[in-house]
Formats: sequence, structure tokens, C-alpha cells
Amino acid sequence: MRNNLIVSGSPHIHKQESIPRIMWTVVISLIPAGVAGVIIFGLDALWVTLVALVAAVLTEIIFEVLTKKKITVMDGSAVITGILLAYNLPSGVPLWLPIVGAVFSIAIGKQVFGGLGQNIFNPALIGRVFLMASWPKYMTTFVKPLSYDTIASATPLAALKEGKILEHISYLDLFLGKRGGCIGEVCILALLIGAAILLYKGYISWHIPATYIFTTAVFTYIFGAKQLFHGDWLFHILSGGLILGAFFMATDYVATPLTAKGQLIFGVGCGLLTAIIRIWGGYPEGVSYAILMMNAATPFIDRYTKNRIYGTS
Amino acid sequence: MRDLIKEFTKGIIKENPTFVLALGLCPTLAVSVSVANAIGMGVAATFVLLGSSVIISLVKNFIPNKIRIPCFIVIIATFVTIIELCLKAYSPVLDRALGIYVPLIVVNCIVLGRAEAFACKNNFISSFFDGLGMGVGFTLALILISAIREFLGSGQILGHTLIKGFEPVFVFGMPSGALLVIGLLLGLFNLIKSRKA
Repeated sequence: MRNNLIVSGSPHIHKQESIPRIMWTVVISLIPAGVAGVIIFGLDALWVTLVALVAAVLTEIIFEVLTKKKITVMDGSAVITGILLAYNLPSGVPLWLPIVGAVFSIAIGKQVFGGLGQNIFNPALIGRVFLMASWPKYMTTFVKPLSYDTIASATPLAALKEGKILEHISYLDLFLGKRGGCIGEVCILALLIGAAILLYKGYISWHIPATYIFTTAVFTYIFGAKQLFHGDWLFHILSGGLILGAFFMATDYVATPLTAKGQLIFGVGCGLLTAIIRIWGGYPEGVSYAILMMNAATPFIDRYTKNRIYGTS
Repeated sequence: MRDLIKEFTKGIIKENPTFVLALGLCPTLAVSVSVANAIGMGVAATFVLLGSSVIISLVKNFIPNKIRIPCFIVIIATFVTIIELCLKAYSPVLDRALGIYVPLIVVNCIVLGRAEAFACKNNFISSFFDGLGMGVGFTLALILISAIREFLGSGQILGHTLIKGFEPVFVFGMPSGALLVIGLLLGLFNLIKSRKA
């Protein structure tokens, strides 16, 4: 009888949600995009993804054993980092590249700061940017879709940057992923299925993805062509890593603002930076840099969008 | 004598200017691309440190307290001019590689820091050893950082390729790589220090 009365501090409402549950759901929601990547680019894509995943998990275990911390691989966050990193790589890369990237993501991007919940940047993007700065040759050699062979092909955005005319790429091809690009970013349909799971479950809110995509569309529509208000905004939404970034990387719980107002600012900032890099920047694609820069601004945004504490003026 | 040895060795590990005091990071970031540059920069800074420490400790009693910093700067700038002209005359390649960072030794916080914290309070013999120790510590730190950066960033040490087929990690040749290496080494030094304590 004595134990029936449990006295604890508020809040008293208990929910089934926990970090592992959310993280593994995110992993499941990422699977459609991976399947699509394997169908489009062949088995190479599968190996790259698996190698990055295993390397990320092993790095996390080794680091936590060395620093005598609790082993937290079962919460799934290292798995997500590995998968997201692989989704940001071309499928034709040599297999040591995802290993190096995953080790860097977990060790430098996450564990150095103190593990899950402490990292200021999205670890997977840290890994991608590191690889991009170190081995640009491998990172920008893309495989032609549905050929299952190592024929180099430019991404639509790179072709646009070089001023080439985009021949025979329809919006439907872009939507289904029949184009050169990174493993996980090409099939918009599969990404939207995954995003729908997360939105339905309430694990991500609409604020960041919606404002991010909308801002990118508006700015590429206004400034994307030689004449104002003639930009091909639908092309900019469907190409590059925008959808993958907006739904799966800009919504990282740790490195993004806490309040809805802050998330709106975060999304607009990401969209603005992405459009600026794509239109005037040196790289054809700017999603990863945009998200990382806004990650850096997150503490600042959080400070100025704090909710008013009830009862104080 | 033992005190003098202590003054000399403290600059190498216990009070290493780069890894413990975190002074002089600006030239460290800029010139640590290759070991050759690092050695050149280290030797130049050591020379300035030695000379300015000794002269400042000798003239410290004649300098009014209120204008001591300008006086220090003038003395330091004299030695920097000497080393800069020597570099230009005898090693133009190194001079071009180090560029603006040789004249900038004038405002290097290690040099001014030692003048303010040590040389103006101690006699010239201990100041000599203090300056030498700090200079050697700075040089060793530079060599360590630049060896890591040069090896990872271009696969070479002093121009010699070490491993065939090694794909250089370009990022370590860039400023961001310098920040990464220095950050990790700082962390390592702090780890060793906390283990000892």
C-alpha cells in the first residue's frame, strides 16, 4: 500500500516518447530515400551508406569507451548521423571516404563537444563539409542515374552554374530522382514520404522546412534569372539537397532554435543563405553551408526569441 | 644555476606560450602551413624575444613606469627590424613566405607579454633564459603544429613525400585546418595537465 502514492516534481504528464524512440523513427523515415538511391545509382549507394553507418557507430563506441562515458549507440543518433552523411555523398566515392567522414562527424562534430545534446553543429553536415573541403574531386564526381556504371555526370545545379542549358530534365524526372546527385537527395518523392512520417508523428514541426523551402523559392524566383521575377523556382526546390536538408538536417533537435518564432527565423535564414550561395556563390549548392551557418546563429536566435516567463513583465 | 634552468624549461612545457598561455596564436595560425616556415618564424621570434628581454631587463630602471609599454615596443621593433632586414638579405624565399608576419612580431603578445611580465622585474641573466625558453617553446609548438598540418595537408614533411598513395586532406592546408589542429592540441595539453593534477 505504501508504494501506491508516488510523489514527484512536475511535470506529471507522462508520454511514451523518448530519445531512442524518436531517433529510430527518424531512421525508419530515412529508409525510403535510401532505397530510392540504391534503385537509381545501383549497389554502390548501399555500400557507401552501410560503411558510413558502421563507421559512425564504431567511432561513437570507441570514443565513449576511451572517455569512460556511458555507451549511447542504442539511442540511434550515431546511426542517423552515418546515414545522413552517406546521403550527402555521391555514390561513386571510394569506400574510405565515408569512413573518414563518419569518424570526423562523430569525433569532431559531436563527441568533442560532449556527445548528443551538446553539439552546436549538425554532425553529419560537419562531416560532409570536411570531405568537401578536403577531397573536392571525389565529392563532385557524380554518377549518371540508372546507368549503374561510373559515368560522370553533372548535377542539374552544377550544369546551371556553368551556364549549360538543361536538356531533357523534366520536373517529373527531378521529382522522382532521375538525375545526378548525392545518394539520398535525388528522390524527392521518397524524401517526402519520410518527412510525412515525421510530421504525422509530430517529431518535427512544419516551421523550419516550410519557411526554408518557401524562402529559397521566393528568392530564386526573384533573382534566379537574368531578369528579375523570372527565376525557375520549382527547379530550385526539386534539385540539390534542399528537401533532404529542410526536412532532415535543418530540423536537428540539438542545433536548431527551441521556440516556434526562433524556428521561423532559422528557416528564413537558411533559405536566404541557400539562395545566395546558389545564385551568386562559388559552389553550385549551398544547403549544407546554409544550415551550418544558421546552426552557429542558433544560440543568438534562442536568446532573442525566449518565451516570456508567465507572471513576469 | 638551478633557477636559471627552471626559467629556461618552464617555457617549453609548463608555460608553453602556444598551448598553455595561448599567446601568439595569430602567427601560429598563419605560418604553420609548412615546417620550413615554422622553423623560420620560430627562430625569428626567438631572436626578438632574447634580444628584447635582455635589453629591457638592463634598462628597466631608467624607464618611467607610465610610458613603459611604448618604450618596450621601440626596443622590440628594433630587433624585429634587424631580423627582417637579415631575412630579406640572406633568405628572400623565406621572407616572401612569412610576409607580413615578420614585421608583426612587433605586436606579438608573447614578446610583449614576457617584457611586461618577466623582463621588467628580473635581472638580465634570468631574463635571457626566460626569453630563450619561451622562444624554444614557441618554436617547438610551431614545428609540432606545422608538421601535422604539412603531413596531412600535402602528404609531405619538409618537402619529402612520406607515404606513397596518401591522398592529402586539403582542409589542413587551409586556415580552418590550423584552427582544428591547434584546438585539438590545446585539448590534449589540458588533458595531460588534468591527468597529472
